[in-house]
Amino acid sequence: MADTPMVAAHHVRLGSNSGQSMTRKDGLAKVTGKANYAADNRPEGLLHAVFAGASIARGRVTLLDTKAALAHPGVVHVMTPENTPALSQDPDEKTTPFTARIDVLQHNDVRYAGQPIAVVVAETLEAAIEGARLIKAEYDEQPARIGFDDGEAFTPEAVGISTPPKFATGDLEAQRKQAASSVSVVVETPLQYHNAMEPHAVVAAWDGDKLTVDMPNQAIGLAKPGIANYFGIPAENVTLRSPYLGGGFGSKAVLFGPQMLGILAARELKRPVKLALKRDQMFGPVQHRSATRQTVRYDIDADNRLLAFEHQANVSTSSFDNWLDGAANAGLSLYATPAISVAHSGTRFDTGTPGAMRAPGIATGSAVIECAIDMAAEKAGMDPLEFRLHNYAEKDHSNGKPYSAKALRECYETAANAFGWTDRPPKPGQMRDEDGLLTGWGMGTSIFHAPFFPAKARAVLRKDGTARAETSGADMGQGAWTALWQMAADGLGMAADDIDFDIGHSDLPDGSVAGGSAHTASAGGALFAAGNDVIRQLAEIATKDSDSPLFGAGNERLIGENGRLFKASDPSVGEPYTAILERAGIDEIEGQGRGNRDKASTETYAMFSHGAVFAEVKVDPDLYQVRVTRLIGAFAAGRIINPRLAKSQLTGGMIWGMSFALHEEGVHDKRTGRPLNNDFAGYHIPVLADVPHVEALLVDEDDPHVNDLGVKGVGELGITGTVGAIANAVWHAIGVRTPRYPIKIEDLLKGAEALKA
Amino acid sequence: MNTFDYERPETVADAIKAGSKPGASYYAGGTNLLDLMKAGVRTPDSLVDITRLDELQRIEPQKDGSLRIGAMVRNSDLARNDLIQKDFPAVAEALLAGASGQLRNAATVGGNLMQQPRCAYFYDAHSACNLHKAGQGCDALEGVNGKHAVLGWTKTCIAVHPSDFCVPLAALGALVEVDGPDGSRQISIDEFYRLPDASTPPGSTLKQGEIITAVTLPSDAKRFAARARYIKLRDRTSYAFAIVSAAAMLHIGDGRIKDARIALGGVAAKPWRAREAEDALNGAEAGEAAFRKAADAALADAKPSGDNAHKIELAKRILIRALKAAADGTPATMPDLPGSVFATGKEAR
Repeated sequence: MADTPMVAAHHVRLGSNSGQSMTRKDGLAKVTGKANYAADNRPEGLLHAVFAGASIARGRVTLLDTKAALAHPGVVHVMTPENTPALSQDPDEKTTPFTARIDVLQHNDVRYAGQPIAVVVAETLEAAIEGARLIKAEYDEQPARIGFDDGEAFTPEAVGISTPPKFATGDLEAQRKQAASSVSVVVETPLQYHNAMEPHAVVAAWDGDKLTVDMPNQAIGLAKPGIANYFGIPAENVTLRSPYLGGGFGSKAVLFGPQMLGILAARELKRPVKLALKRDQMFGPVQHRSATRQTVRYDIDADNRLLAFEHQANVSTSSFDNWLDGAANAGLSLYATPAISVAHSGTRFDTGTPGAMRAPGIATGSAVIECAIDMAAEKAGMDPLEFRLHNYAEKDHSNGKPYSAKALRECYETAANAFGWTDRPPKPGQMRDEDGLLTGWGMGTSIFHAPFFPAKARAVLRKDGTARAETSGADMGQGAWTALWQMAADGLGMAADDIDFDIGHSDLPDGSVAGGSAHTASAGGALFAAGNDVIRQLAEIATKDSDSPLFGAGNERLIGENGRLFKASDPSVGEPYTAILERAGIDEIEGQGRGNRDKASTETYAMFSHGAVFAEVKVDPDLYQVRVTRLIGAFAAGRIINPRLAKSQLTGGMIWGMSFALHEEGVHDKRTGRPLNNDFAGYHIPVLADVPHVEALLVDEDDPHVNDLGVKGVGELGITGTVGAIANAVWHAIGVRTPRYPIKIEDLLKGAEALKA
Repeated sequence: MNTFDYERPETVADAIKAGSKPGASYYAGGTNLLDLMKAGVRTPDSLVDITRLDELQRIEPQKDGSLRIGAMVRNSDLARNDLIQKDFPAVAEALLAGASGQLRNAATVGGNLMQQPRCAYFYDAHSACNLHKAGQGCDALEGVNGKHAVLGWTKTCIAVHPSDFCVPLAALGALVEVDGPDGSRQISIDEFYRLPDASTPPGSTLKQGEIITAVTLPSDAKRFAARARYIKLRDRTSYAFAIVSAAAMLHIGDGRIKDARIALGGVAAKPWRAREAEDALNGAEAGEAAFRKAADAALADAKPSGDNAHKIELAKRILIRALKAAADGTPATMPDLPGSVFATGKEAR
């Protein structure tokens, strides 16, 4: 519903579209193959590029023999450090946000296995693949350093996306002196690789110094100047098209070396070039989640209140960049803890540089924190849910701010009821099912911050009653095409089917980053505002037009709905948009919009989405294979624009949490640094049979402060809490906590044997 | 370039002629060979496509009561075959416990037998591996080897045979029918495989040009139909290779085990027939004590080849589990999650 003037939109219905479980607007195009992903593009004269990756993880290329590759039929060019021109910007420099140091054949050093050492460009993909295979390299190889005991330690200046590596509040030592008991746990988490279904790709075509790029990208507004800087052209010369992404998970918010090499090859050869990564090439140059070694300690008093929280995380990064997963910042705003002390240290591995991977920091840290909280509950002799409620944070204890909204209690209650969390025996190993399988119940709290990015959008109402709305947002499969469309239509006071909608193109107003679970709020807020701007202008015309039934109603609240503008006080008084435009002789009205978060609110409130996840696992009592038989979560994330898609996002996150808990692990050979499981047979993620029952429930939450529309994010929330819930359920089934994720059969066997002894 | 010839013969005789050339490789389902070619680990000079050989596509009951299965029968078709489900239920269960639906639709009987190890160092053309070239050495020995062999290995190779299907075949003493330039022969599946020795990596005993034409399940194997199971321990519920697996078949009369058939998967470079365990069971009363004794006997010679001592204990346990499940009786219908420790439908036939 488009109000004018817009009044406290958070507590009125947004319109007839938002809140509806519309099916995906892009669904038909996707299932019929009409949705063009980047690598589907085949411009006239296309060449194919394939890079050869280093087979060592540390050292130098001493000899690169390209003769055989060049002699191979169809190969037109081989790029090596010898013949590759310098980029206009040092690839180690970072001039735009979300930039990583990239490898673009500017030197002979090898810093991780799979690093591009040459690019073969050919008339066919087959010739390029074969050419890359024929590249022979010799190296001056040094031993790889993979793992916390092998890598070089360093002190980080920042973790995650520019957050401090250390934080403390309250008097930790003083609180500990009052403590009746404490729990402490050390857990390692592995390297994890994003592995979106669509690998990174680029199709680049130059026309003089103008560049058109088809490339899946989560941050078009940043990519455009980023690419321009690397190639020394004005940003307006770059056209970036990214209408559909086959998953992003953070790894497509950044520009990477291979894609820049594809663009470079196109410029060198003056022909369009396509470069798409193969699956095994996803395990090096395009980021991953840091490995961590974490220690979490909670101190509790005689009344079972948490007194002190300490979290230390040793986090992996590469030898040449500094990105660290902010695991130890995950618990700052979670439970009521008078004293907090968290700190990160870094270890350099000879891997590619890590980056943001779905729920960066929080997923990793929450996986350990939720175990520690359950251990504290056990020590306190309390049910895990009761203990969490007992230590419920009414304010953000890291800074004393109240929450903008926090319906976590309702989430606990909703999920616990749906799960049937009653009569849970406090001791582990007490529940068996009819088949004799040990059964365990566990829970975890979900939390994810609610950032807001400055996004822009445009809306145009035409005299024929149609309209168009647009922003450069990104649909990674999460449903932006649909949810943003709904919000755009509501901004215009029209039905979604009556407007044209477009995203995923750099010519459109900057919709900002599809990341941080902020896209719906940021880009959607901008679209809604753009539509409102149109209606405001329309109302101005109508109220000044003596032939309009709304003449003179300038001080009244007017509402646009279903293409009709009318008085809020008397809906019978009004007229269609088309009548207003026709009398005024105006072809179209263009509105601009920006989403808005009140500055004072940002300073006053702590802003988070919350949730509670309950897991039931079955564990074979002799063989220790684990199956998550039920996973039920309830989540509160402000106004939900599309419940169907929000649930889809949340269940996807929960399944990823299962993946983190039980499956995912990037394994590298310690000597060579080469990945050993760089395909989907080896790099395990859950298959359908692993997910018999997963359910996300939505809890209504009115957040009047987070932004004008009260919208928060659901993209990353579901992973957090889930990992710990599963680990806690496994403990409850068999009484074993493993020292590392993923939870493995051999570690459970070892733990169970130790328990018996 | 790694160019290769491609031939699609119309008869087995022509196939053998084409396959006898040095460097020739038979191409059936391609689910393993093509991956290895893409990885640069296998570089055949010619591919002999045998997918159109109709004579290899049949499942035929023989007059002596045995069942002859053509080498080109797809895993999915075989698993759902009525005779297999009725007479050799553990074979069906093992087939359905393997790979994914898509792979089973493509993978063949002969190809399953010919599967190469899944050792990551074998798949990595840059690693030292005696299966790449004898004498290269084995990078798995000091590498990531938690899933490697605990039986029958040498320092030449510690990889395991990855098949599920072959485990009940080994237990039942299936016969492999081979045709080749020197004529046809029939060998037991046990003799079909060669374990590694001090210098030679594991493999099959096929000579260049020889082709698997059929696998025959002997008629005496049918007497285990009422008590036959395959159980597989793995890191996820489906689409994962076995950490360890076991096929167990029992023939029980008058409360005593009259005959037992046992094989283990995921423990050695071939499906591991555990005759010592079978001997330990013969004449014994079916129950935990006897099963435990059998499991100890089966793993008596086991030793870790790396960071995998846990597999010895897990192999014993999976065998005990499979024996118990077999003693309980073959399920009346194929369980959901066949071969899984979470298999449903425990109602016996």
